Amino acid sequence: MGVPILKQGHCLIATIQAALTDTDLQGLRDDLVAQVGRDRARGVIIDITALDVMDSFAVRTLRDIARMARLRGAETVIVGIQPEVALSMVELGLTLEGVNTALDLEEGLACLDERTKRANGGGEARAR
Amino acid sequence: MRGERRGAVQPADRPREPRPKGRTSADLPAESSIPVRSDADIVFARQKGRELAAALGFAATDLTLIATAISELARNIVLYAKRGRIVLKGVERGSRRGIMVVARDDGPGIPNVAQALQSGFSTSGGLGLGLPGVKRLTDEFDIESAAGRGTTVTVKKWLR
Repeated sequence: MGVPILKQGHCLIATIQAALTDTDLQGLRDDLVAQVGRDRARGVIIDITALDVMDSFAVRTLRDIARMARLRGAETVIVGIQPEVALSMVELGLTLEGVNTALDLEEGLACLDERTKRANGGGEARAR
Repeated sequence: MRGERRGAVQPADRPREPRPKGRTSADLPAESSIPVRSDADIVFARQKGRELAAALGFAATDLTLIATAISELARNIVLYAKRGRIVLKGVERGSRRGIMVVARDDGPGIPNVAQALQSGFSTSGGLGLGLPGVKRLTDEFDIESAAGRGTTVTVKKWLR
């Protein structure tokens, strides 16, 4: 099942709506990384509120997305990790090291706003 | 709420429901055996496991831990053995209830089980957290495997 990706300003927002297979997750990775280039996005938000299981494969794929997006100039924020999912990740020893996380979409957008501003800091003139 | 339901008093004018001594497995949900060959089967197996665990009375947090453990076990089957089965079953020990998950395959087997249970060990280039992680997510963990003779992992989680 595909994950819809919305564009909002310099941001891409991918909202996962149902359980994803490994193939779906890899599809999301490829779509997002490609779309960062197509839309010249500076930020990516992946909303995983609807995910009831984050196993080692899902965590690794999200981490890959964040790393690949960063290599293409976009920051990623994972939002919506549920309390039970957070517990299972801790128990499994899974970490999202180097990946930004935020409580929900709103916080995620604020986090990206801050990060892209800081990254541009003073370079705004140069970018224009 | 759940607590109220559990503590509900039987109405006096109705005969108490007969409580069989030493409850048998008759009132346990039926077991299911799920073939695992693809990544879609991984999702199906963990959803079935969640359903069974919910029917057994596990709380939300445990449902996620159980589903995550099944996901890891099913993925090991697809990754290493290509095909196998996940058997889900309600179990009882004395007055305790729980869920048993058996992951069985006829794949290449694990030559060094002790090594596979060490944190950080993986032959698939994965995170190396498969089996040790499953062990941490569950209450009881048992593995039978030998090179060329397949692998059977049995885990149990008990209701608190």
